[in-house]
Amino acid sequence: MLKIETTKESNHVTLHLIGEVDASNSVELDESIIALMESGEKNILVDGTELQYISSAGLGVFMSYIEDFQEKNISLVIYGLNERVYQVFRILGLDQLIIIKSNKEDALQEI
Amino acid sequence: MMKHELKLYCDTTRLTDLRAFLNDILRDTSLSDIEQHQVTLAVDEVCANLIIHSHGCNPQEYIQVEVEKENGILKIEIRDQGEGFNIIEYKEPEITQVKKAKRKGGLGIILVKRIMDKIEFEKIGSQNTCRLFKNLKSK
Repeated sequence: MLKIETTKESNHVTLHLIGEVDASNSVELDESIIALMESGEKNILVDGTELQYISSAGLGVFMSYIEDFQEKNISLVIYGLNERVYQVFRILGLDQLIIIKSNKEDALQEI
Repeated sequence: MMKHELKLYCDTTRLTDLRAFLNDILRDTSLSDIEQHQVTLAVDEVCANLIIHSHGCNPQEYIQVEVEKENGILKIEIRDQGEGFNIIEYKEPEITQVKKAKRKGGLGIILVKRIMDKIEFEKIGSQNTCRLFKNLKSK
């Protein structure tokens, strides 16, 4: 079960991921990111505080936009991941490719 | 620990059931919270791959998952019928290649190989068996 809430704030937009991202629903995450790119958002925060699980299907979504983000000058910062989920990003070395911060305050410093 | 079995129908929404099944079993092992999470992820990855690529998400077909503990080793056997996916022979891409090619696949098998301590694949006729092993710390 995955719920995605998008909140627009003054200088950024927040994607709040609630629940689990797996092969059955990663397309929803993909569509949310595409929608933000199409609407011209430049600063995207991903609130991972309520993300309980993510499999390669979801990690692949983040990976697949890294270069697009660089080309379009979009900053994407993930924050608030629990230790279990964060370790999954680390196994693949995604913590070196994506900015991951422990809390929202630190994440806001990156945009 | 007894032998635990799950019949998993080839529908990705069933992966939630698979994870609940594994979480219940792994809770009773000496694996840490983080290791339990990772083993569940590895099995999810193998099964998701089979459901999508070997069975075309046909909910009439199924995969059998069997978990048991032998001599301090956790063994997860994943069996299916059909063409099969030889995880041992599959050459996973480099992470940098995945990023460049903007491909969304390929990461799952890398995770499985990095998480599990040993992996076996066997094909006998149309029966494919993938075995994942994780060493349990002695308590």
